[in-house]
Amino acid sequence: MDSMTLIAIVSIITAGITIAVGSIAPALGEGKAVQAALSSLAQQPDAASTITRTLFVGLAMIESIAIYCLVISMILIFANPFWNHVIAPSAGR
Amino acid sequence: MNLSPDQKIIWQWDFVVINSTIVTTWALMLVMTALARLITRTLKTEGAISRWQGFLEIVVTTIQKQIQEVGLQNPAKYLGFIGTLFLFIAVSNLCAIIPYYDPPTGSLSTTSALAISVFVAVVLFGIEEQGFLGYLKTYVKPTFIMLPFNIISELSRTFALAIRLFGNIMSGTMIAGILLTITPFIVPDFMSLLGLLTGMVQAYIFSILAAVYIAAATQTREA
Repeated sequence: MDSMTLIAIVSIITAGITIAVGSIAPALGEGKAVQAALSSLAQQPDAASTITRTLFVGLAMIESIAIYCLVISMILIFANPFWNHVIAPSAGR
Repeated sequence: MNLSPDQKIIWQWDFVVINSTIVTTWALMLVMTALARLITRTLKTEGAISRWQGFLEIVVTTIQKQIQEVGLQNPAKYLGFIGTLFLFIAVSNLCAIIPYYDPPTGSLSTTSALAISVFVAVVLFGIEEQGFLGYLKTYVKPTFIMLPFNIISELSRTFALAIRLFGNIMSGTMIAGILLTITPFIVPDFMSLLGLLTGMVQAYIFSILAAVYIAAATQTREA
């Protein structure tokens, strides 16, 4: 198996696994955050705006972990430097 | 398939490269400034105000209220910076509805520039509020050993701001583009609707996080 095939295989598999495994923990964390926000909203409806704003800020911070995994996965598929490097000799024509 | 509007070159001469990011950023700046100038040409404080002035008043007072709720005592001082961040990111993400438009926030250069300006603003506002030595002393709170960790957390917050905005907007436009090649016409509409929503949320998050970081740097030690 030459290096070109190996790079392609590893990139594709890694891209899939990155986004699949990388979105498990943020999803669980966001579920817990919304659960806590809902229960505190039920206990203190007067503080709804503060709770909602804090919830959104917290969700964005948790979401950014999943976004990091998505960015790596996209780079592996669409802007892969190793793939471009081994493709360059045949595409240079 | 290009990952960011930086690769889309509109005009090139020797070493000066004008790419899509520069064109859209300047176009947005000109349009927003011209609109603001037009609307505030006839400002009234009593009587019937025009609808556009009412709209601008809603925007400004809402941002001011949000800044105050974050904990900054004098919101008028920070309104210019935080309001600009929110409005620029919100308008640039909202205009994604226009065809043949790539949001400039989908390029890592723009988001890094915004994140670096937040970092500089935090330092400057902190020095203005607590003095130069007072601000530097906050890095060694609570003990001296925390100095490298505080510095690393500052840098990683800046990095996270840039990557969060870039990742959200870039993946939104890219997924819409990929779906267009698979299932055209209806399904990409829902993805671009979701992209508009996340664009608004990310604009809000960026400006609120900037306000929170500034508040953390300017809070004086209370008893």
